[in-house]
Amino acid sequence: MYRLKFDENVCVTCPTSDCLFKCQYIDVDRDTAHNEMMKIIKGEGSFVLRDCVTCYACEEYCKRGNHPFYLITERREEKGMLTASRAITNQWINMCEPQGKYRVGEVKEKALSCCFIGELRQMARGKLFEGIRSSYVLGAEFFCEVVYLHFAKTSIIKERLPKVIENISQLGIKQLICMHDECYGSFTSLAPAFGIEVPFEPIHYLEYLYDRLQELKSEIKPLNIKVAYQRPCSSRLSLDKYHFVGDILALIGAELVEREYQGENALCCGEIIRMTDRDEVANDVQKRNIDDMVESGAEYCVFNCPYCQMALSEKVSKRGIKPIHIIDLCKMAIGEKK
Amino acid sequence: MSDIYKSLVEIAGEGHVSTQTEELYFYARDPGLMPTHKPDYVVAPKTTEEVQKIVKLANKEKIPIVPMGAGMALTGLIIPLKGGIVIDMKRMRKIVGVNEKARHAIVEGGTSQGALKAYLERNYPNLRHSIPDAPPTVTIAANVAIHGQGRLAQQYGFNSDMVSGLEVVLPTGELCKIGSCSMSPDWFSKGPTLPDLSGLFLGWLGTTGIITKLGLKLYPKKRMRDVEIFVTDREDLVPDILFNLTHTEMVEDINIWFQAKPIMFTGNHHITLYITGDRDEELEFKRKMVWDSLKEFRDRKDGGFMWVLPAMKPTFLDMPQKSITTFADVKKGGGFEYSGPIVLIEKYPMLARNLEEVANKYKLAYSGMARVIGRGHAMMFAIAFTFNRADPDMMQRVKKAGHEGITFAFDHGGIPWKPTVEEQKMAMERMDPNTLKLMKMVKENLDPNGIMNPGNWEVN
Repeated sequence: MYRLKFDENVCVTCPTSDCLFKCQYIDVDRDTAHNEMMKIIKGEGSFVLRDCVTCYACEEYCKRGNHPFYLITERREEKGMLTASRAITNQWINMCEPQGKYRVGEVKEKALSCCFIGELRQMARGKLFEGIRSSYVLGAEFFCEVVYLHFAKTSIIKERLPKVIENISQLGIKQLICMHDECYGSFTSLAPAFGIEVPFEPIHYLEYLYDRLQELKSEIKPLNIKVAYQRPCSSRLSLDKYHFVGDILALIGAELVEREYQGENALCCGEIIRMTDRDEVANDVQKRNIDDMVESGAEYCVFNCPYCQMALSEKVSKRGIKPIHIIDLCKMAIGEKK
Repeated sequence: MSDIYKSLVEIAGEGHVSTQTEELYFYARDPGLMPTHKPDYVVAPKTTEEVQKIVKLANKEKIPIVPMGAGMALTGLIIPLKGGIVIDMKRMRKIVGVNEKARHAIVEGGTSQGALKAYLERNYPNLRHSIPDAPPTVTIAANVAIHGQGRLAQQYGFNSDMVSGLEVVLPTGELCKIGSCSMSPDWFSKGPTLPDLSGLFLGWLGTTGIITKLGLKLYPKKRMRDVEIFVTDREDLVPDILFNLTHTEMVEDINIWFQAKPIMFTGNHHITLYITGDRDEELEFKRKMVWDSLKEFRDRKDGGFMWVLPAMKPTFLDMPQKSITTFADVKKGGGFEYSGPIVLIEKYPMLARNLEEVANKYKLAYSGMARVIGRGHAMMFAIAFTFNRADPDMMQRVKKAGHEGITFAFDHGGIPWKPTVEEQKMAMERMDPNTLKLMKMVKENLDPNGIMNPGNWEVN
């Protein structure tokens, strides 16, 4: 059985308790933050277990390498605390259950993972994906399982993720370009945190894109646009790759506007918060986030995660901001998309 | 060539009458389970006068008549059980007029739901009618004649409640106007404040007359429409959830559905509800009221709203919803049986459990679907099975399952909707004898020769 690697002494001696102190959805001072974390570690009740909206941000706020969010998730499940209703939780558990309906291309040692998201397969076209497009995997059999953190179901992750990793390995894949931010987070943060071995090298698609754009540099025409970036929850699990957002935007001549809700302070897209039955919080988060984009003068809202894009596209459009996935923005820069 | 054929040609014109085998083949059946039976003649009249002449001819010759719209009731209501003449009404498809301010349309008896929808979208974009989730070719007159339901059933009741006047050819050939149009040029009421005679025709499945024209109430069409889906794993809570939802008076249509496949739907009951608004503020206010109305269930984690992804929305927002026809062909082979008893909403849990049990017992693909009628006054609970016509064993199992399903519904206080002949008999066996006597009196007085859609609502 896989167990979360969590060192409670790291928290006992933590001088900041930033994990909860910085939380944008729970308002606590440092002492309270420390005390509540101690309660959670001891398996006691805490209002944090009730109020956490599952934004993953505490995984980033903790600079000491512990996993506060994974622990919260574990404790919730141990106590039988659901984030969403039973019906919605089961719907998600059923929806992503492998049923042999996967798709595998002409897989080589280097392959694209489109996760369980058909849209990502559609996006992987054109010069940016030349030579790699046909080497891909797609389907529940390759689904990264991270979403179950939102539903306080690490048991599903522990049950399914090793099999997913095995499915990928059995195809002879040595390097897996993760087209979904969550997949990269799954293989580089979640799996190691639970002691699950990953025998291949995960590559974040942003890093792949950056390298590919360097190769296509002569074809880039600077976009000269102002963009806001919608940072996804799973980006908190891949901090070392976050800089590629800025690097790519600089390369294609898109100005990343300065705004309040970016970087560490980014806000969730809101739909997961809504699904966990906090619609008023979700509405408030979405409104503040989009107001901030408008006030900062952004012309485009750039997405990393397709689900963030689905959550916010209509809403940003209504405010005069064009929604676009970062891959499509790169295609614009090399003249493949208008 | 028979005299009757010649007479029909004289009435409707060459090319609008047929005794051709291949045409009689199609007019002998519908997509459901009922056995086929060929008509002797098919005629497609163009005018009310032609309908009158055909009915008079049939009376003289004592030939059965079956009026037909698109023939999509799926329960064999247009199968000419005793042969005779099928009167296909589809050539009578004129939209006679729309009174925008009084919000009603007057259409001919063969006008399709799709035609009226398209006409309103083009000419009166602020108006809509209660479109059923059937193929757009189904006719408005046939739908009200079977007490159909549509997208506005939750707000305004059965589609037949929305009739605002009728023009009917009686079984003896006389033309009769029903409602305000009987004494006024305006078609705003099917009955009140006059004696409501519309009940002599609505629900009678074409056994008491042929609707050649009808007035239909129209309703405001808001600029925006959205869908929410509340999901629960406890069918016993569905009645309470619906009670809270209907109390808000904020919802357009409410459908409840459950199915075994795909597995993301397994084990849950889905309550699809629609909200409309002219502005974002109106839509969001209604959405908030709806969410708030179900707070008790959400707080207990007994249910929650699923995220309806943008790609899924068109499927749900479609009018009519095409996904139903997709289910209808799941088993391939062109068979789809669909009964829909009308029951109290509080019976939903037991009906849902029964449908699942029956489907499992007979190893059938099922789709459980219900639609709220009025503010929770009743619901239509669909007992629907898809089957392969090339598989007699499967057809037999569907028949048995359907029978058990409808019997269960009747045993729990339900009444039939668009019943098969067998279901009509089952219903009449349970009916108050004096009600039956009254039905017999009505039928015998209106149709002394018993020529109208014989075999249906036949009180012996």
